[in-house]
Amino acid sequence: MTERPLPLPLRPLDALGGWTLEVVESLGRFGTFLAEALVALVSPPFKLSAFLDRIHYIGYRSLLIILLTGSFTGMVLGLQVYLTLVRFGSEAYLGPAVALSLIRELGPVLSALMVTGRAGSALTAEIGIMRITEQIDALTVMALNPMRYLVAPSILAGLVTFPLMTALFNTVGIFGGYLVGVELLGLSQGTYFGEMQTFVDMKDIMTGFWKSLSFGVIVTWVCTYKGFHVGHGAEGVARATTDAVVLSSVLILVWDYFMGSILP
Amino acid sequence: MILVQGLTKSFGRQPVLRGLDLEVPTGSITVIIGRSGGGKSVFLKHLIGLLRPDAGRVLVDGAQITGLRGRALDDVRRRYGVVFQGGALFDSMSCADNVAFPLRERLRLPRPEITKRVEAALVAVGLEGMGAKNPAEVSGGMRKRVAIARALVTEPEIVFFDEPTTGLDPVLVNTIHHLILDLHRRYRFTAVMVSHEIPEIFEIADTVAMLHEGRIVEVGPPAAIQASQNRVVRQFIRGVPENSEGA
Repeated sequence: MTERPLPLPLRPLDALGGWTLEVVESLGRFGTFLAEALVALVSPPFKLSAFLDRIHYIGYRSLLIILLTGSFTGMVLGLQVYLTLVRFGSEAYLGPAVALSLIRELGPVLSALMVTGRAGSALTAEIGIMRITEQIDALTVMALNPMRYLVAPSILAGLVTFPLMTALFNTVGIFGGYLVGVELLGLSQGTYFGEMQTFVDMKDIMTGFWKSLSFGVIVTWVCTYKGFHVGHGAEGVARATTDAVVLSSVLILVWDYFMGSILP
Repeated sequence: MILVQGLTKSFGRQPVLRGLDLEVPTGSITVIIGRSGGGKSVFLKHLIGLLRPDAGRVLVDGAQITGLRGRALDDVRRRYGVVFQGGALFDSMSCADNVAFPLRERLRLPRPEITKRVEAALVAVGLEGMGAKNPAEVSGGMRKRVAIARALVTEPEIVFFDEPTTGLDPVLVNTIHHLILDLHRRYRFTAVMVSHEIPEIFEIADTVAMLHEGRIVEVGPPAAIQASQNRVVRQFIRGVPENSEGA
């Protein structure tokens, strides 16, 4: 039986309705996916080896890029903030300015973006290839839950590695600022670190910690979801990988603003 | 026995299965033949619970599996072994680890027992001493054999083969078919195989079913299918393009 075509004026409305349903449906799938992963995360048997493998995959493999970008971010901050502060005769505050910028904002956001580019994209591609080569179906028909083997360990590894990567990024960033401010521009070492101790308190560190923790969930959630729901063939994997990186990056920035506005 | 009744499935507005009926007797080898893109793999995915039908049902030994989810469906799948078209071997593991995986993760057998059963499974498919190799390092034929070993290592009651010989040369096609036949004689599982290896499958099948435009148009023993007067079956078996016979 063929359907009667809609009258022309109603077609945009039909398209809008179709699009809305599609968006709501994919949001529902996205939420259900996380719920299933969280259930797999808290119910035995726990896959310790898969978790350690994901720590290596997400954390260890991102170390170099974190060290590199962290140190240069700190050096750029040191230089630019010093040049601004010196105009007001306040260069003594270089240490706290660099540390607060890194700990509260730049550390969590930039390290999350770096790990997304380095490990998140690889995570999507790996799971996507497993999907198109039926490896995920193979797990399912063995009566083994793919969420337990592929997704839950990645999300747990994200929760552990993102704060660690952020701490590392902050540490090398602060030393990058020290290199420029103290070793190159002549600020005293005592002033750089002394003022930092005065102005940076636990509340700032916790703000950065909560942000990095939530970014860990967002990135691993988005990247595993996109891999799981990949299209067909190599093109599908390529598209899913791009989508995962773009969506993760946008969500990191949006969520950062949201967290920044609710956290003290 | 697997009983399929009125199985219907569409993707969007594209109907793939249109009220498919089939009976697979216990302990037999039933081969589903049909043109590429005709819905054979979609049908197989319904039997193993990877797809849900829009209508109709699948009964395994009288129990309906089409409405099952979660643990109830997993209980049925524990009786299954599946050989996927491309093998679906885990490429991060060696061939032996692939075979050991369901024993370790599903049956949770002790390590010495796993080693013994993996070695026996690799010997059974003619891959003795090849277990340490990665799936990427072995030939297509070997990958298929590892996939068969993995599917059979848990000694399932029902084994599904999704085009197990696709992409292999005629010698390997025969080798794999005889391997399946030999393993079937040894383990007496119920086999459902999707294939378009004509005429080779007539040597190993107990029952052949022709799937065309979402329905089983002819089913019977190989000799009856080969002698079928159904135009679609005749065209397919002889490899004649559509509209060239009886037009």
